[in-house]
Amino acid sequence: MNLGAGRADIERADVIVIGAGPAGAEAAITAAEGGLRVLVLDEQGAAGGQVWRAPVGGFPGKGDAEAAAGAALRERLSASSARALFAHRVWSVVRETPVDGGGAPGFRVDAVGPEGNLSLRAPHLVVATGAHERVVPFPGWTLPGVIGLAAATILLKSHGLAPGRRVVMAGCGPLLVAVAAGLVGAGVEVLAVADLARRRDWLARLPAVLGRPALAVRGAAWSVRATLSGARLLPAHGVRRAEGRDGVERVVLGPVDASGAARAGAETVFEADALVVGHGLTTACEVTRMLRADHRFSRLQGGWMPQVDEHFETTIPGLFAIGDGAGVRGQQIASLAGRRVGLALGARAVSVRAPRSATADFQAVDRQLARARPFSDAMAGLMAQRAGQVAAIGADTVVCRCEDVTRAEIDAAIDQSAGSIDQLKHLTRCGMGPCQGRYCGDTVQELMAVRLRQPREAVGQWTGRPPLRPVSLGELVGSFSYDDIPIPKPAPL
Amino acid sequence: MSALLLFRPTRVVSVSVDGKACELPEGMMLATALASAGVRALRTSPRAGASRGAFCLMGACQECAIHVDGVLRQACMTSVRAGMSVELRGVP
Repeated sequence: MNLGAGRADIERADVIVIGAGPAGAEAAITAAEGGLRVLVLDEQGAAGGQVWRAPVGGFPGKGDAEAAAGAALRERLSASSARALFAHRVWSVVRETPVDGGGAPGFRVDAVGPEGNLSLRAPHLVVATGAHERVVPFPGWTLPGVIGLAAATILLKSHGLAPGRRVVMAGCGPLLVAVAAGLVGAGVEVLAVADLARRRDWLARLPAVLGRPALAVRGAAWSVRATLSGARLLPAHGVRRAEGRDGVERVVLGPVDASGAARAGAETVFEADALVVGHGLTTACEVTRMLRADHRFSRLQGGWMPQVDEHFETTIPGLFAIGDGAGVRGQQIASLAGRRVGLALGARAVSVRAPRSATADFQAVDRQLARARPFSDAMAGLMAQRAGQVAAIGADTVVCRCEDVTRAEIDAAIDQSAGSIDQLKHLTRCGMGPCQGRYCGDTVQELMAVRLRQPREAVGQWTGRPPLRPVSLGELVGSFSYDDIPIPKPAPL
Repeated sequence: MSALLLFRPTRVVSVSVDGKACELPEGMMLATALASAGVRALRTSPRAGASRGAFCLMGACQECAIHVDGVLRQACMTSVRAGMSVELRGVP
């Protein structure tokens, strides 16, 4: 049955890759080089992920090293035999075990694209869905004009837009200074840069950073540019609140302690039209969660992530997870993991036909991965969720943006009866809105763990359910005529 | 105050925003095009009725979901086309 725009036939491949960022695109290219039929999907219009996002809407791009790296990846992917499906939103992934005894078990992936729904099937699935931004709530974080730090990098490198004319920046991690420098370079007045970290937190990571001289130099250039522009650099500071009627008009900053909690001290008020704020990244592991792969919790690497072996295979055979979605470690490690998975898949296919050892290839990538890890670990520490900052969220502060659920409502539900994170969702609607818990999950799980005096592992994560992204039934079905719907014969009486 | 556009768009087209004609750069994503025209509040939240605008710009948060030609679309992933009708009434 084919209803209108929906394409009911299933397209088959050896490997399906979800996400065409550095990890997914690299896996797709490498697996295709190994002779496999590869389908790679991304909801954006081009490959590159967030770090190497392609310029859109007439913006020529920044022309820097990052832009060149993204362009090179897109060129390699389009030259490869891997078939890329952009502007396709994956909303369903299921494991399929053939009931008739024939064929191998595999995965069915459904995605909505410009021409309606598309169904794909393959024995191997590589999940490379990246990360989401963590913004620990504060009063006013839902105001228009408050955007994420990663969001600001996307505006600058992909859209050619600065979020405002007078901007305050706050948060933590290496992106903070990078974005400040980017805004200053674009001619925007950056009023202040509030960093949760103290100066000595950065200095403590200097040895790891110096292991990567190119990045150390870039880091130094960032802070110098931000300073020269006249922006006030405020270490050990965070956002107290953002104020305004229908958008940001004022941002109040104040000192924080080492745990990220507000501490007594003078507040500084800035008249600003935008606030760029980010507190690190959280893994986007909805696909592996929905498939019920085993997950582990790592505060340093962005929260929950699928457990993987040395081939990046999860506890579900044939299901692989790479990139920031499998632990936030940055682009370099994502690219290497993508190559490693592509090689493993190629070797697996070859070994079926003509066995050949891929050990040397594996070892070369594994050595590069080992070299890249110290820097990634050092940066991860600066971007990890800070317990004190979450604990200090005010009672009236909205925690779940979609459903406007406050801290007080969450605490009350936990105190009354919510014994599990799923029960908390049912009682408060927290996590039930269109973002599906992507922006409150990390915070709410932490609030619950602290209140119940349980480790995060015991609180767990929300049960993964389809759809992975909001899709309308209209998009799935497309336009159709009732005459085309086959009507089964009535059952015999 | 509007967001600051960092390049000169080649062509602007007329788009209807809540029934009012608005000139926006063709091909630009709606969220950015509207922001450059000074429109940052894209919808109100269903429970508190508070103003909301684009937040993550990577297609994940759904804060910029608005009606384009009657269909709910994420403004950060929808390009400006001539004659499109945009309604800032948010998720029903």
